Amino acid sequence: MAAPASAPADSRSAARAVRDVVFVDGVRTPFGKAGKKGLYAETRADDMVVKVIRELIRRHPELPPERIDEVAIAATTQIGDQGLTIGRSASLLAGLPQSVPGFAIDRMCAGAMTAVTSVAGGIGFGAYDVAIAGGVEHMGNHPMGEGVDPNPRYVADGIVDPSALVMGSTAENVHDRYPSLGKDRTDAYAALSQQRYEQAARAGKIAADLVPVSTRSGEQGWGLATADEPPRPGTTTEDLAGLKTPFRPHGRVTPGNAAGLNDGATGCLLADAETAAELGLPVGMRLVGYAFAGVEPEVMGVGPVPATEKALKRAGLSIDDIGLFEINEAFAVQVLAFLEHFGIADDDERVNPWGGAIACGHPLASSGVRLMTQLSRHFAEHPEVRYGLTTMCIGFGMGGTVIWENPNFDTAGSGK
Amino acid sequence: MSTQTDFAALFPDEVVTQARTRLLDVPGLSGKLALITIDNGHDHTRPSTFGPGGLTSLNAALDEAFAAEPAAIAVTGKPFVFAVGADLSGIGQIAEREHAHQVAQTGHDVFRRLTESTIPTFAFVNGAALGGGLELALSCHYRTVSEGVGAVAFPECFLGLFPGWGGTQLLPNLIGADAAVSVIIENALNQNKMLNAKKAAQLGIFDELLESADFLEESVRWAVRVVNGEHTVQRPEIDRGQAWDDAIERAKGIVQAKTQGASPAVTKTVELLELARGNDLDAGYAAETEALADALMTDELRSGLYSFDLTQKRAKKPAGAPDKSLAREVNKVGVVGAGLMAGQLALLFVRRLKVPVVITDVDQERIDKGVAYIHGEIDKLQGKGRLTADAANRLKALVTGSLDKGAFADADFVIEAVFEEMSVKQKVFDELEQHVSPEAILATNTSSLSITEMASKLQHPERVVGFHFFNPVAVLPLLEVVRGARTDDPALATAFSVGKQLKKSCVLVKDAPAFVVNRLLTRFMGEIIAAVDEGTPFDVADKALAPLGLPMSPLVLLQLVGPAVAQHVNETMHAAYPDRFGISENLDRFVKAGKTAVWQFDEAGNQTVDPEVAELWQQGDNPSTTEQVRERALKALAEEARLMLDEGVVAEAQDLDLCMILGAGWPFWLGGITPYLDRAGYAEQVNGKRFLEPGVASVPPA
Repeated sequence: MAAPASAPADSRSAARAVRDVVFVDGVRTPFGKAGKKGLYAETRADDMVVKVIRELIRRHPELPPERIDEVAIAATTQIGDQGLTIGRSASLLAGLPQSVPGFAIDRMCAGAMTAVTSVAGGIGFGAYDVAIAGGVEHMGNHPMGEGVDPNPRYVADGIVDPSALVMGSTAENVHDRYPSLGKDRTDAYAALSQQRYEQAARAGKIAADLVPVSTRSGEQGWGLATADEPPRPGTTTEDLAGLKTPFRPHGRVTPGNAAGLNDGATGCLLADAETAAELGLPVGMRLVGYAFAGVEPEVMGVGPVPATEKALKRAGLSIDDIGLFEINEAFAVQVLAFLEHFGIADDDERVNPWGGAIACGHPLASSGVRLMTQLSRHFAEHPEVRYGLTTMCIGFGMGGTVIWENPNFDTAGSGK
Repeated sequence: MSTQTDFAALFPDEVVTQARTRLLDVPGLSGKLALITIDNGHDHTRPSTFGPGGLTSLNAALDEAFAAEPAAIAVTGKPFVFAVGADLSGIGQIAEREHAHQVAQTGHDVFRRLTESTIPTFAFVNGAALGGGLELALSCHYRTVSEGVGAVAFPECFLGLFPGWGGTQLLPNLIGADAAVSVIIENALNQNKMLNAKKAAQLGIFDELLESADFLEESVRWAVRVVNGEHTVQRPEIDRGQAWDDAIERAKGIVQAKTQGASPAVTKTVELLELARGNDLDAGYAAETEALADALMTDELRSGLYSFDLTQKRAKKPAGAPDKSLAREVNKVGVVGAGLMAGQLALLFVRRLKVPVVITDVDQERIDKGVAYIHGEIDKLQGKGRLTADAANRLKALVTGSLDKGAFADADFVIEAVFEEMSVKQKVFDELEQHVSPEAILATNTSSLSITEMASKLQHPERVVGFHFFNPVAVLPLLEVVRGARTDDPALATAFSVGKQLKKSCVLVKDAPAFVVNRLLTRFMGEIIAAVDEGTPFDVADKALAPLGLPMSPLVLLQLVGPAVAQHVNETMHAAYPDRFGISENLDRFVKAGKTAVWQFDEAGNQTVDPEVAELWQQGDNPSTTEQVRERALKALAEEARLMLDEGVVAEAQDLDLCMILGAGWPFWLGGITPYLDRAGYAEQVNGKRFLEPGVASVPPA
């Protein structure tokens, strides 16, 4: 902020100090399959956010709720049970003090990620000390594209190709862009994701981040969601090989090598580092930097590439500095496009060690915080890793990347 | 238990509450949680009740739960409702004791499975838990309740019954005899007062109070901790000695005071609570079953169900009211009169309608006093926490006074509560008509004068209605809405609409002297006074109606109403129906002497006749016995009620009963009054026929 020429030089014109932002903790609901027969068919989206908020508070009794300066919740379709300025609405329903404000935010798939970066900016600027950020999407209640009315100029002026509006078609387009990424590789990646998820689930790692959610069913009576509904453990490449390709005849993108349509909510606690120390809040990760970037909407899947390049450059880091990756798996092909660009092997252990969205699901606006929560757990298990990265592609042609530092990183005696 | 088809056929119209079992994996629990949801498939406007079908479904759900050998079993309800009791409409149709016995027995058998279970059982009370619903919860080993629950109660005694599916045995052994007496007897007989979740948890009815936002999730978590031994539920030691004795004595006192023994089932409740001292469920449940079967077959209970039904349904949909769409909006109200009654009316109108209320009277001083009184009452409400500061400010600003009647020009509804004399009221109306619009409703709170006559001198008599409240206005729900000869449908519809907004129960009444309540009360009081005039001792006459269990004896009622007011009504009735309504010169002297009460009480509470009253009252030498006085008074009521129905004062006997219940506080076991007159034979003796078909407010013929 430059001082006006006529103002005297004094401390007011000195550069404002940026504060350190930390990721304290994150939780999520079990994810369900969208639709009438799904886990959450008779559950409201805002109630799912309520459970997440209450669980965060419950896990951190050291945080007085009135210290929360903002609740930023993302949802792509902000009407009905995802409307009413859901960050504010869900706070009130969750029993947070009326003095805690909230808002709603949208960047489709990267809604929660954007909630995090926006709130982080506020913390860095000194406007917030502690905040909740998260996302929800109940795709059963709000299918993708509900209520949209695309401007005719998109087609008339050729601003986007019609395929840009269908996510699966953009994935096929990515295959076209990178012919070396064949179906054999995407199916192999998908089977690996299912396998890694199952191992992590068996080890109790997935359940640790879940908050149980009561699920209503008029026909069966009340139930309790305690585990993700979408995973298909034991999936093999043979199983995947025979699946239909709905976006093109004899195409490459199948329901098996893509994330499904899902319902779920996520949330995390972010804080200024000094406030975290003051309140005794644990530190899961430290924010290093972030970037969003636009790409051609027809190949939205490549979004993570320029977003990551930009974030790394701004942080003064290179891809070689990144020891762990949580990349969203909207489609296996977009994950592989990212890995290939950066020269990382398809089955590199540093990438999605617990599997990803292909196994557990991708409720649109919520996924960003799931990636972050999982990365913070990996950081705890790997003190030898210094930097990690969460990245995702975004509908309508964007990518988002956030770079994090491991607070457990031990410089003495670490090899990397 | 009898076969399902026999049993289910008992209640052909039952809205069956289904019980569904789901086996859940729960973090931290080794083994499943069998969660049973009870749900009648409707939303909260139709809460879940248990009839034979519901009990059968619950039994099957328990079979499924036990067969799975879970680590724990829990029962919960649909949103906002756990369960609210037995299916009363079905019970009303039972004609054989054997069927009543089956209903009683089956409730015990099914619920007891949860008590006897070797697997821990839990009730997660997420919503209203009344009567049998509360018994279901008490039958489980443990109970959680959601903070949002506003209705926890045993209303049975209020209806003239008792909790017969385990409540009298389980509750005192859980929370102590005294607390059980408060819930089962005292609250029920106190206008069916209910507990909220917090109070119920404080009493010990529930083990854990949880927030509503994630009630089910947290109940499950709590249950897991209990099953795993991580949390031990503390229960108080129950004093079965002196404390129990005292509780039973207290119970007897309350029952006597509130019913005078007129409800056999309520009297039985005390016996069952005493039996519970032994904490033997076999003996206790057997006694409950027999007693319940007996009670269900009494006319008193059937009259209670009839009364309850009237207050729940007919009170909300008044017979004969015109189409709601004809009602006009009321955005400003005027009140004429600034006395106590007018002040109470103004307060009621401003609290419920939240529109400007202007009061007027004969001079500014009276007006100022009136406004000050109303503002004072609003302040009192704020002081009690019933109004926030903002709300109190809003209401006070809405209440103003004006000597100039011009302030009424834009009033949509004006009610007068001035001196009870025709010429005075006609003058008030005439004056108002100079200012108000032709469509504005002019309402009168008169208790005995003719609406038609009061309207007769106006340019627009069609907008005049009777709007008769009962004292105390804040408490008694009845509103007699009187149609004058010229009153039109829009005016009447508006009156009903306003009555509903005031949260009163409206009954349509023809413009006949003293309408319903005062006419019946005056007729029966007249017989009592006449008996005393003839020479019957005061206490003999006053006790004559004790077996009915009326809220107060006739002479105490006279004192409450005010003898001057009563005499005024007498005079009106005597003018209209001289053969049936006499004038007592003694009462006249009593009023002129400025006396208000016949009875006086000494320090020990002994009741004697005020010697001055005894002095002025010139009695004859032809005393009657208690029985003779009772017979005469009840025959008079039977005659008067029949004449009122024949005259079309109200549509049906049900309306007479509703009026007596809601306007005079006459008890449920009388059914208001006509069921009792049928049951005791007076209807047939006097009129040659019953008021109601057998089965409507009595046990149906087998």
